[in-house]
Amino acid sequence: MLSPGVSAGTPGAGFQPAGRGPRLLSGGGRRATAISTLSTLVVLAALVAIFLAAPGSSQVRHTFFDPHDMWQSFIGNPKKGYYSVGAAIWLNIRMFLAAEVLILLLALLIALVRQSTSAVLFPLRVLAMVYVDFFRGVPLLLVVYAIGFGIPALRLSFVSTQSYAVYGVVALTLSYSAYVSEVYRAGLNSVHQSQVAAARSLGLTQSTALRYVILPQAIRNIIPPLLNDFISLQKDTALVGVLGAIEANQAAQIYGSTVFNYSSLTVAAILFLILTIPLARFTDRLIDRDRRRRLAGAVR
Amino acid sequence: MIGSGLSTPDAAAPRPAEPAIALEEVDKSFGANQVLSRINLSVAAHEVICLIGASGSGKSTLLRCVNLLERIDAGRIVLLGQDVTGPAVDANMVRRHVGIVFQSYNLFPHMTVLRNVTLAPMKALAMPRAQAEEAAAELLVRFGLADKRSEYPDRLSGGQQQRVAIVRALAMQPQVMLLDEVTSALDPELVAEVLDVIRELAQGGMTMLIATHEMGFARDVASRVCFLEEGRIIEEAPPAELFTNPRDDRTRRFLRRIVDAGRM
Repeated sequence: MLSPGVSAGTPGAGFQPAGRGPRLLSGGGRRATAISTLSTLVVLAALVAIFLAAPGSSQVRHTFFDPHDMWQSFIGNPKKGYYSVGAAIWLNIRMFLAAEVLILLLALLIALVRQSTSAVLFPLRVLAMVYVDFFRGVPLLLVVYAIGFGIPALRLSFVSTQSYAVYGVVALTLSYSAYVSEVYRAGLNSVHQSQVAAARSLGLTQSTALRYVILPQAIRNIIPPLLNDFISLQKDTALVGVLGAIEANQAAQIYGSTVFNYSSLTVAAILFLILTIPLARFTDRLIDRDRRRRLAGAVR
Repeated sequence: MIGSGLSTPDAAAPRPAEPAIALEEVDKSFGANQVLSRINLSVAAHEVICLIGASGSGKSTLLRCVNLLERIDAGRIVLLGQDVTGPAVDANMVRRHVGIVFQSYNLFPHMTVLRNVTLAPMKALAMPRAQAEEAAAELLVRFGLADKRSEYPDRLSGGQQQRVAIVRALAMQPQVMLLDEVTSALDPELVAEVLDVIRELAQGGMTMLIATHEMGFARDVASRVCFLEEGRIIEEAPPAELFTNPRDDRTRRFLRRIVDAGRM
């Protein structure tokens, strides 16, 4: 009964006209736009049809997509024992922003140490390598547990009395810096050695050459992978919920286990999407602007 | 250590007896590959020396050694009266007095022409921005690049990029310029505009050490020409002598190949 709709909307066949070139809807004029719009609608309609026709559809719709529960979980109600998912997402945003800045700095430091050649820094290079190996190898969830429960257990005066969100940021920073340092390293390697020679031959010191010549080019080259890691980081702030911090995912689960309706999870998912999609589009725009500016030689 | 000779411009003007650049018994190898062996070369102030020879004969490495981009294995390099090959020498100080221009321009692609030129004076000499920009603008006008100051390097022709690279080196007011096959990457019709710039520098009295494949240009502009083969200076003579009456068989063979290729 469903097969005709599915086959008509097979993405491989339906999307090809629009799939040429680097842009999602490139060239081809109105006709191409019309065809791609139509094929998109057909695919969507097919998916919705499958969903609605599935035997458990009404249960799933009630459990995960109930408008009333979605709204209730979004605004929250402390009297009934659940938090607002909409308010909790702010904690994710704050953790993300704090971790992002720290990661950018720590990862750069690690990358520079690993790229250094001086004999004096050899012990640091080994340390940096061990660090990266360790934190790339250990699951983030375990790092979150270790920091979030381990450090308070030490009962140190200042260090052990922070909030779970702070420990979460520390854990995210430790883990992500290992990955991002490798991205930085790739970026540094992508700048041709002749640029270093040109900068040094003008009498610029190593650090000046790095700051004004090498790093700007390296960072330009790694913006897409960097933003990719940050999109991932935004989602992984949800892991801090396991410590008991009331972030969006934790708030949604509390709603679910209080009211026995999981539409709250859908709300959390939508909120995460609202955060990550603009970041992705922003990345595209940055890349595009940079490319255009260099090609057009625009006046500053 | 680099003493007063290189740090103050007044004292840096070499005395007549003192060569601007002197290489003494310089050896350089990359692994098992001996690139320079027992090079002796002396460049007086205001002299233009052209280095000719096949690719891989050691011309570029010689220039990079003078600029301390490569460390020599043995021998000595004396710049403006100061031994620059000692372990305690501040390479950055040396390089501020020695401009080098590369075959592939090596402009900074993320900066405008103006910023390419002003970066080193501002960051290495701590020159105020206004002063650096004024000096840069003057140089850009002098070399016909005034209207390109706000362009990014990608938008310039090869000849323009190479002229910007020369201006960038000149902005540091070097006492010596090293030019490493600066026209080899250019389309033939763009070679002349770059060579004209170098001629102008030579007429202005700039001390230059030039690695080049342009024999006609070397004949015009050089005070002396050195022919290198396998890391050795085979023959060194004024251009009129070296090009018309080479003494060494190896020089003769090289020049014959150049003539046969229609390059002279």
